[in-house]
Order: sequence, then C-alpha cells, then structure tokens
Amino acid sequence: MSNLLTEPVLTALVAGALLAMVPLMFAALGESISERAGVLNIGLEGMMLFGAYAGFNGALYIHSSWIGLLLGAFGGMLAALVMVVLCVWMRLDQIVVGVGLFLFAEGVTSLLHGAQFGDSYPRIDHVSEIEVPLLSKIPVLGESVFHQHPIVYVGIAAVFLVHWMLRRTSAGLNLRAAGETPSALDAAGVDVTRTRTLAVLACGALAGIGGAYLSIIAAGSFTPMMTQGVGFIGIVLAMLARGKVMWVIALSFLFGISLSISTALQLAGVNISTDVIQMLPYVTVIAVLLLFARRSYLPSALALPYFRGER
Amino acid sequence: MSNVVTEPPVVAPVEAPPAPRRPLTRLEPVVQAIVPVLLSILASGVLLAILGRDPFAFYGNILHNGLLTDFGVQQSIVRMATLLLLAGGLIVAFRANLWNIGGDGQWLLAAAFVAGIAPSVVGGLGMAVGLPLMIVIGAVVGAAWTIVPAVLKAYYGVNEIITTLMMNFVGIALANILVKGPFLTDKPGVPRTEILPLDQRLPMLGGSQIHAGIIVAVAMMLVIHVVMTRTPLGLRLRVLGSNHRAAVHLGLRPQRLTLIAFAASGALIGMSGAVSMLGDWGSFRADFNPAYGLLMVPVVFLARMNALATIAFVALFAVIQIGGDTATRLADLPTAFILVLVGLLLFFMTITEFHRVRRQRRLAVASRAPRSAGAEEVR
Repeated sequence: MSNLLTEPVLTALVAGALLAMVPLMFAALGESISERAGVLNIGLEGMMLFGAYAGFNGALYIHSSWIGLLLGAFGGMLAALVMVVLCVWMRLDQIVVGVGLFLFAEGVTSLLHGAQFGDSYPRIDHVSEIEVPLLSKIPVLGESVFHQHPIVYVGIAAVFLVHWMLRRTSAGLNLRAAGETPSALDAAGVDVTRTRTLAVLACGALAGIGGAYLSIIAAGSFTPMMTQGVGFIGIVLAMLARGKVMWVIALSFLFGISLSISTALQLAGVNISTDVIQMLPYVTVIAVLLLFARRSYLPSALALPYFRGER
Repeated sequence: MSNVVTEPPVVAPVEAPPAPRRPLTRLEPVVQAIVPVLLSILASGVLLAILGRDPFAFYGNILHNGLLTDFGVQQSIVRMATLLLLAGGLIVAFRANLWNIGGDGQWLLAAAFVAGIAPSVVGGLGMAVGLPLMIVIGAVVGAAWTIVPAVLKAYYGVNEIITTLMMNFVGIALANILVKGPFLTDKPGVPRTEILPLDQRLPMLGGSQIHAGIIVAVAMMLVIHVVMTRTPLGLRLRVLGSNHRAAVHLGLRPQRLTLIAFAASGALIGMSGAVSMLGDWGSFRADFNPAYGLLMVPVVFLARMNALATIAFVALFAVIQIGGDTATRLADLPTAFILVLVGLLLFFMTITEFHRVRRQRRLAVASRAPRSAGAEEVR
C-alpha cells in the first residue's frame, strides 16, 4: 500500500479525475439551470452527444479546439431547441420528450458518423494545453491541475458565474421563479415561456460543451454513443446539488475520481475491479439518502408545463 | 403560443353537430397511434433517401427479415416475450405516476442472478419445478432492486427518477461483479456464467424456435390489464397516478401503494430478464446490456399505458428490431438507425397528442359544454 502515495499515482489520480470531471461539471451545471427553471431535461445525454459530434467535426476540419467547443455548444443548443419547442412552447411531457431526444441523438450521431467516416475513427492530436507558469512546477498538483486545457478553468468560472447570477441578479430570480411558481412570475409581467426557453438553451450549450470536451480533448475522437451515461450522471448530480450550483464542482470531482481511480490504482499495483469502484459513489449517495433521509429539494413546478390561467 | 387556454371561442356555432363525430371518436385512439408511426416511417425514409439508400428496399428488408421468413417471425416472437414483460413493468409504475427509469439495472441484475444459479437449480430440481422457480426468483430480484427507491419515494418524498437512475448504475455494476465473481465459469474467453444446457431451457412450442416465455408474457399482460382496469387495486394505483392529493383525500394509503407499484414493476422487469436468460441466451456474458429499458418507454406511451394495446405495439417494435438488424446491415448503416426511428416516433407521438388535446379543447369550447380537458389530458 505504501506505493499508493507516490507522485506518479497521485498525479494520474488528480489528472484523471479532472479529465472525467469536466464533462460532468458542464452537464450538471446545465441541468441545474434547466431544473431551476422548471424543465426536467432527461435528454441531457442526447445534447452531449450532439455537442460531441458537432464539436469533433469543428475541431477536425477547422483545427481549433476552441472552434470545436463553440460548435459543440451550438450542437447542444440545436438539440435543446427540440426540447424548447416540444416541452416549453407546446408543453408536452418532458420525460417522454427527453427519452425520445436521447434515443434520437444516439441514433442520429451514430448514423452521421457512419455515413461520414464509415468504420474509421479519425483522431485529433493538436489540442493545446496551457501550463500555468510557476504553478505547473508544483509536484503532483502542478502536473495535473495546472497542465490542462483552459476550458477547465472556464468551466469552473462558469459555475461561479451561474451561482452569482442565480443569487444576485434579477435574471436569476426570474429563472428560479419559473421553476417554483411560474404563475407568480407571469403575474409579475415576465414571460415564463421566454425564461424557460433561455434556460433550456443555456443547458443545451453547456451540455454541448461537455460533450465536445469528451470528444475533442478527453478522447481525441468521436465514437458512437461515446458519452456512456455521463449525461445521466449529470442529471443525478444536478438533483443531488439541489439547485445549489457550487455543489456541482465538488460532486463532479467526487464522481470524476471514482471514474478515474482504477487507472491510478493499477499504476500503484492495486487491482480492484472497476465495477466495484464505479458503484461506490452511487452506493455512498444512496446510503446518505437512506440515513439522513431528508426530503430532497426540487423546484415545485419541475417537469410541469406552464399553462396560463390554470391553477 | 402562450394563450392556448385563454383563447376565446372564435367560432361558436349555435348548434354543434355531435352525431357524426361518434364513429370517429371511437376510432380516434387507433388513428392517434397509427399517425405517428406512419410519420416516423416517412421521416426516416426521407433521411434514408438523403443518405443515398433506397427507403423502400430498407423497409422491405425489415418486413421480410422480421416477419415474413420463418426464422424472422420466430425471432421476433422470442424478442417480444422479453420486451412485453419489461413494458408491463413500466405500465404498472407509470400508471401510478412513478417514473421507474432504472429498468435496465433491475433487468440486468435479475438476468445475471438467474443465469448464475439456473444451471445448478434447474439441473437439481428438474425443469418442471426449476424453471418456474427461476422466473419467480428473477421477479424477486427485480422487485428487491426497487425497494430503496420505493421507500425513499414513499416515506421521504425523494424523487424516484434520481434514485432509480442511481440504482440503475449500481445494478449494472453489481450484475458484472456477480458474473465476474461468484458466478464465473472457468471456461476461457469472455467472462460469463455457466451455460444452461439447451434441453433444460424454457420448452419450445410445437417444434418451433419460440420458447414458452411468450405464453408467460402474454398471460402477464392480460393479468396486468385486468388488474389495472377491473380491480380496486388498479383503480387505486390510477388515482394515485393522476392525483396524489385526491388519493390522500379518498383515504388511500399512498405509501403502501407506492411500494406495491414499485415492487410489481420491478418484479415484471425481473421476470423479463429471467425469461430472456432461460429462453434465448442461456448464459450471461460480462458487460451484456441490451438497454431495452429506455426503449420500451416510447412504446408504452404510444399504447397510452394500455396493456392490450402494448401487446400490439411491442409486436411491431420486435419486428422492427429483428428485421432492422438485417436491414441496417444490408444497407451498410449502423444498427443505431433504428433508434432514430424510435426517437422520431416519440416526437411525432407527443405532437399528435398535442393536437388531439387542442382539438378537444376547441370542440369543448365550441359546443359550450366545457369538459375538463385540462391537466389530466396533458399528462
């Protein structure tokens, strides 16, 4: 066990955790925004897949990871638009449409990838990382934390920004009202549909960036169905964070560790089945829920379409 | 868009003609279900044409390989058995407004457990006792996996979507741990459970390749239909599902009902896993996950959570899945194309529903006999 705390192992652990954490963080942040506005977005994984595909193409053809991430955001927003039209404007069932969006995205991105590349999987290998001067020389943390693609820091900054926005701005207040008592928001003269539309689009953009990060930076290529449940973990994290977005950072880091710890342990010569490790965070959360079974807090109008004049 | 409800009666004919509408309203659920199916087939066909494939040949291949060959139709019926039980499990939960999204975890765990112990149990007790017992064990495992979400939902109000999703991930991992650990055979190759000998699996019907699982599945769907529509328990579950507060005021016990609905849902999904292992697979390979759980969600909705209608739609879906395997291969497309079809189906279905509700509202306003076409219809 003594070689658990060696530098390469710790570096691998922290670096791997950060790599796994970033897409989770973006997805969970997006879902938090959408949920606070009262739209339960089960199709998050689908938005990530659209983002991953669009972002990958951008990075592949335009040779810039930034353009790729931007296109990823657009891809996610495109998928979110389906959700906006069907759930916010037409007020259809959010869970059914969400499941549909997920299945559709899995199908369409696999199909497009197949039509475009056949069985080949082109790679991107010109991703620019930055080394933060001086800080990157610190042992362990230097190699891992301060040797990342800058989008990681952008993501963390985005969490703080959203936190501030939700708490301190009127736009944030409107957003929360749209999720709690949309009728009050309506009575105050603010358009509920518009507020929710913007929230879902923001969610799509963030999920899209998360997906694009997966394909451009984490994997370096797009493979069909590559998100493998990250979006669904994002939904779980957003609900666990109970709309308090600062928790998203901590929770994504925790789940990031669990997704990446097996590699680090193998470096250390410890062999625990990945199945066990991947199970642990969920088991922990479920145990916590059972022991301290507090009522989980969710916006009271979550997943309810808003009809003017009803209730 | 935002004034659908407050819309004033634009056209208010003095005498609304109700008589000629009668036959139409009886047919309406059928139309309601067929229109989105046709639309999604059409839209996917356009997509196929864009991709340079012949949509007619593609759909022809689906039909041919899923329904018109002996082998295909038998495969489709075998697949139907698994999917029907799974869909039945979803119906019970969804009717009670409980979103059991973690069906795959329940299914896989039950399947792994059954596959792991079936060779010794069926070998030891004989098929007549062993096979039914294994199906019951599958049901028990599936139901057990819903206890935590059910208790958290019933007593603490913890949202079941999040808990079933988490239990889903744990269930998938646990199934793999079981297969790579206690149930592992010493055979080389992919980690898997001991293979159940062919002559100890669910018996085939009349010399075909169709195993008895389909009888179990159809029987269970009939039971679900009768229970949900003709018994007090079914009524209570539906009341709980459509209006929680009304259920409390009626003196129902929502907590108990929640536990019952979740257990029944998990049990049916577990039976589905058991039937799949005992009938078609005979062994559980590590990392096996056909992900039927989410795929059945659209089908159940298309059938409006009606068990009998679900039988028809699951049959259609099974044909599309089995025939689609071959058709996508022949057209050199990824099998995921079928997912596009299903996704589109869901969208068109919700849109058709939207128009039905809107038309009903307009009719209600026009005939000046306001029916409550409100929240319940939209849900």
